[in-house]
Amino acid sequence: MKAAITNILLVGVGGQGILLASEILSETFMLAGYDVKKSEIHGMSQRGGSVVSHVRYGSEVFSPIVPEGEGDILFGFELLETCRYLSLLKKGATVIANDLCIPPPSVLSGKDIYPEGLTEKIGLLFPDFLLVDGLKLANEAGNPRAANTALLGAVSRRLDIPEEFWMKAIEKMVPSKAVEINRKAFLAGRNL
Amino acid sequence: MKAILSGNEAIARGAYEAGVKVASAYPGTPSTEILENIIQYKEIDASWAPNEKVSLDVGIGASFGGGRALVAMKHVGVNVAADPLFTLSYTGVNGGLVLVTADDPEMHSSQNEQDNRNYAKFIKVPMLEPSDSRECKEFTILAFEISEKFDTPVMLRTTTRISHSKSIVELGEPVQGLPEPKLVRNAAKLVMLPGNARVRHPLVEERVKKLGEFGATLDINRMEMRGKEIGIITSGVPYQYVREILPKASTLKLGMIYPLPMELIRKFASKVKKLFVVEELDPFIEEQIKAAGISVVGKEILPICGELTPGRIRDAFIKAGVIAELVSTGKVESEGLPLPGRPPNMCPGCPHRGVFFALNQLKAYVTGDIGCYTLGFMPPLSAMDTCICMGASIGMSLGVIKVVSDEEKKKVVAVIGDSTFLHTGINGLMDMVYNNVPATVIILDNRITAMTGRQENPASGFTLMDQPANRIDIPDLCRAMGVKNVRTIDPFDLTATKSAIREEMNRPEPSVIVTDKPCVLVKREGVYKRGPVLTVLEEQCTGCRACLKIGCPAIVWKPVEGKKGIAQIDYQLCSGCDVCRQLCKFEAIERKK
Repeated sequence: MKAAITNILLVGVGGQGILLASEILSETFMLAGYDVKKSEIHGMSQRGGSVVSHVRYGSEVFSPIVPEGEGDILFGFELLETCRYLSLLKKGATVIANDLCIPPPSVLSGKDIYPEGLTEKIGLLFPDFLLVDGLKLANEAGNPRAANTALLGAVSRRLDIPEEFWMKAIEKMVPSKAVEINRKAFLAGRNL
Repeated sequence: MKAILSGNEAIARGAYEAGVKVASAYPGTPSTEILENIIQYKEIDASWAPNEKVSLDVGIGASFGGGRALVAMKHVGVNVAADPLFTLSYTGVNGGLVLVTADDPEMHSSQNEQDNRNYAKFIKVPMLEPSDSRECKEFTILAFEISEKFDTPVMLRTTTRISHSKSIVELGEPVQGLPEPKLVRNAAKLVMLPGNARVRHPLVEERVKKLGEFGATLDINRMEMRGKEIGIITSGVPYQYVREILPKASTLKLGMIYPLPMELIRKFASKVKKLFVVEELDPFIEEQIKAAGISVVGKEILPICGELTPGRIRDAFIKAGVIAELVSTGKVESEGLPLPGRPPNMCPGCPHRGVFFALNQLKAYVTGDIGCYTLGFMPPLSAMDTCICMGASIGMSLGVIKVVSDEEKKKVVAVIGDSTFLHTGINGLMDMVYNNVPATVIILDNRITAMTGRQENPASGFTLMDQPANRIDIPDLCRAMGVKNVRTIDPFDLTATKSAIREEMNRPEPSVIVTDKPCVLVKREGVYKRGPVLTVLEEQCTGCRACLKIGCPAIVWKPVEGKKGIAQIDYQLCSGCDVCRQLCKFEAIERKK
């Protein structure tokens, strides 16, 4: 078991299910025997605002938030939000992003345009960049609502945690009738 | 057993393990989840109060009756509860009483970032400050022990990062053998008339002194020696950041931050060459240490405004020459890529939207209040002119009317939500009726305390335990208070909404308009009926942008070659509220079959 702390950031839009995904991550790390802390802001951000959740694990974790510039993995649920938080990462970090664009209010009203070429930009800055179509994977697994779990499966590829702990955490955190679909979606992402 | 708990969940667990009998609160970010989690422990009588003062009054009664009581509120809620709290310091308690104040440095969800540690000194009661969830649970239990041992209410202070961060907690069993609550009369202690209070005040001063001495013996105030060069005095979440950023520094970790264990601080100061205080917001610890004649550096290098973060602490100590500049961590700037912001927004189908659109059209001067509807301030609705604190809208409107010209008086409208009205807005309405001020008040009754995450309130018809409750009928209440002009409107009917507001603005008498559509997010069966979703007939859309003026997240502007562009409606987001359809003069929006 490694001693160094791994810093993960989950980012996206309020209402996308980021909190549940970060809960499953934290639970997995605890089951695997690590110390874990996570932090996010509830409240105003629920109203469709920008959301960032910090998850950190290792042998002993102090700060619940990732020190700026030390992020190891950015798990983006939406492309614009993925770009917004790139500056929290360290050089050579991994970026795993959902291939999804949700226009913010100023774009909806035609005041701004949704920036183009975001994926190319991310790929240039962070060579270890994986773009995942979460919805497509979830559909293939049998339920579009398991998109987040499919993305989580993709993230799991960069984390040295045995599969059994992921499965146990999903079983614990997901409603019992949805467990099977979520396991399938997770494996679809993990085995990309 | 181990569990990953948030600070709020851990405080709820601590209350359970401490044998708490009564818990009361008014919702407020970041404190809300304490009571929402306490309901899983059936031994505790838990309820929402109409405001923080009432919740503390309830807690005081439970304590005087001999049960342990926990009350929880956000930092500004303590302002509302301050009146009983100052005098509770004099009476002391019977069963232990703990008041949780959840502060919000950085104002993630608040109108100010007041540092409630100052209250502990002002009120002369002990304050504990946990630095993670494990401590949230343990300090809650300890707070009850201190409360009873020293006959004092105890404040437990968290911040957003403590309340909403999760870490691993070892769960325990509830304490046994607490005395059974019963009526015990002790008027000299509990009736604070001047004669009795004069006797109590010296006891309060004595108590503060004893608590300071006691603090030096508590293991939650502890020196952690790692070297002689640098010593850091810190508490709460900044302790965790210090351990991260300055791993070689010695730390004096304070769990009880008022009264301070000054002898322990003096001892720590003597063991290190350079002494710092790392604390969020005010120089609360620093000023007391300096007043005791100990030389220390704090706000000379650290910011007073906003939260501390590992990065901000790192920057401060680099500037102060304590740690070397990091070799670039490879911070990647996304320059050349302007990213449009993503502020929070009213939901599609929100019943507030039409009201603010009408207020904007009528050029009303809107005294606003605290809730989701404060977002009515944002463009394109841009229809809120003031917002100070819970319940202030009505009083503010009366004051504005008293000073402006007769013509301008008509422009003034107070807007307040159901929960906020019952919290402290109702007193403003009494003033309006009593002094006959020709104000117009709009009560946005969406049957829930929405902004904090949909909590029940006295007008929602349900309790915290999700049991049916007596529902306060807001229009009837206003009539009973003497408002002659009370009308109820459907805020999804734009024409009726606008004309009702215009009429009441022009009426030279006090009037109240109540909107009667529930929050779109209330999941209760039958409460919110979704209409058929709407769609844009592309060939009829002229690109006039009228529908964009309501700022609905479901309406998307699509640029089109050789044309101004057209509006589109995201059918997955649309709730069928129909407001945009009423705005379209070209009949380009229709209900989807």
